Amino acid sequence: MKNLEDLEKFINSELTSKINNSSIRHDNIYINIDHDELIDVISFLKINKETKFRQLIEITAVDYPENENRFKMVYLLLSHEYNQRIIIDYSIKEKEVISSITSIFPAANWMEREVFDMYGLNFKNHPDLRRILTDYGFEGHPLRKDFPLTGHNEVRYSEEQKKVIYEPVKLEQNYRNFDYESPWEGTKYIKEIKKS
Amino acid sequence: MAKEKKTLNLNFGPQHPAAHGVLRLILQLDGEVVEKADPHIGLLHRGTEKLIENKTYIQAVPYFDRLDYVAPMNQEHAFALAIEKILKIKVPTRAKYIRVIFCEIGRILSHILNVTTQAMDVGALTPTLWGFEEREKLMGFYERVSGSRLHANYFRAGGVHKDLPSGLDSDIGEFCEKFPKIIDDLETLLTDNRIFKQRNVDIGIVSKQDALDYSFSGVMLRGSGVAWDLRRSQPYDCYDDLEFKIPVGKNGDCYDRYLCRIEEMRESVKIIKQCLTNIPKGPIKTEDGKISPPPKKELKQSMEALIHHFKLFTEGYRVEKDEIYTAVEAPKGEFGVYLISDGSSKPYKCKIRAPGFTHLQAMDYLIKGHMLADVPAVLGSMDIVFGEVDR
Repeated sequence: MKNLEDLEKFINSELTSKINNSSIRHDNIYINIDHDELIDVISFLKINKETKFRQLIEITAVDYPENENRFKMVYLLLSHEYNQRIIIDYSIKEKEVISSITSIFPAANWMEREVFDMYGLNFKNHPDLRRILTDYGFEGHPLRKDFPLTGHNEVRYSEEQKKVIYEPVKLEQNYRNFDYESPWEGTKYIKEIKKS
Repeated sequence: MAKEKKTLNLNFGPQHPAAHGVLRLILQLDGEVVEKADPHIGLLHRGTEKLIENKTYIQAVPYFDRLDYVAPMNQEHAFALAIEKILKIKVPTRAKYIRVIFCEIGRILSHILNVTTQAMDVGALTPTLWGFEEREKLMGFYERVSGSRLHANYFRAGGVHKDLPSGLDSDIGEFCEKFPKIIDDLETLLTDNRIFKQRNVDIGIVSKQDALDYSFSGVMLRGSGVAWDLRRSQPYDCYDDLEFKIPVGKNGDCYDRYLCRIEEMRESVKIIKQCLTNIPKGPIKTEDGKISPPPKKELKQSMEALIHHFKLFTEGYRVEKDEIYTAVEAPKGEFGVYLISDGSSKPYKCKIRAPGFTHLQAMDYLIKGHMLADVPAVLGSMDIVFGEVDR
């Protein structure tokens, strides 16, 4: 469909029970779905003649450690025919297993591997779920908010052992995260005084 | 006696001149025929996305130069556009033109590197020597405008950092007059060259459907006959006002992709020429003091300017809570930034969509059944730069 509003209406009427809410912002459609409906929604959007979202642009996750459903999964699709983009998201818990969409889009393979590597989320029916960007034998999931920016291990060449060795990170100066929040609106401690 | 089939595992890289960086490719060979290719990437992984989450929006820009380091400004562009859309900043027309000029220079930089090194991978050395002389001139333009040949850090949300220095526009104009002749020279060496054609024609063919399924973009998609270019279909900055053609391939093989790149360079020259004639005078960044720093002169006289300057370079500007995906047509394909802001001065999440990542993923599909000697040709035509693949 040519028009974004029409498309939003169409998707809403076709997938009524599967969509929690939808909106149009920045010339894109954003829809929020339930975790279990992922495969249905994605394959509908890909195959249907009125939508034709035939290209997968990206899969990624966002970490919200304070939420009960800690991760938000995001799928971006593009339709060449209608020149439109759609952003699909849903929330999941840390231990939940996600259905892989590699059977619908082969390109999802590495994207899901990256999510697995960076966030530690598991996919079912994925043909080859391995780490992709981090080192061989790496531990932890770097893009989680509780993973430290400086990491855990560092690598150097040891003259004594004549090989590359791994050891815990030692920094001359710790990473400093300054609080630059504007004092005109009150720094954190003033805000706390005001509240109490 | 029955013949036993033996497969040979071969490690291609991580240090191999034809791997265009640090790619470890594990190949399963049956004689000289490749049965399976398993790319191991991540050897250049620097955690760009994690670093960006810990920096202010201004400090995050230089990280984009270090992604696809042969066309740095195209990446900065995507990030700047994302912030501008969230904050609804109006960019002055002059800034838009300057950005487009330098994006097209980036495209030429990247395509020269790719075309000539692809030729080198299949045995021709001269194009590299000729091409790199031109790249040197283009990087000279980068240096004159931003102070740096590669890591420019020049685009800002709301415009660009500084205006063009005097004389630069005429020098770029002069380059545009001479460069098409250089492309002709490169073409005399390659386009009808028997060896070059034998190594590239019908190698690494991608069908239309597969190009879509594997999320190809840019030349990889256009080489297979899909006329799709974000500069035309979802125009940003001043691409709307410019006239240019979008070269499309027919067969989707390495040779067609080479031809597309050559034509794109010619179109880029045309775009730059149009920009140079149409570029208006005026400001080069938004005058909103909350977003762009005040001119140095004002710092000595105006209290307000001093405060703005101090706030911008300590706290940085804040970006209201939002979620956005913006994409630009980088030389290698669709380069996108998926940005989640939370109202503070640092991005909550910044996912970088690199075209090379999805292209390299299709390596196994592209190379299956080809000879070992075709691996460099296919890799070369995919235009892989590890800065952006590994991030």
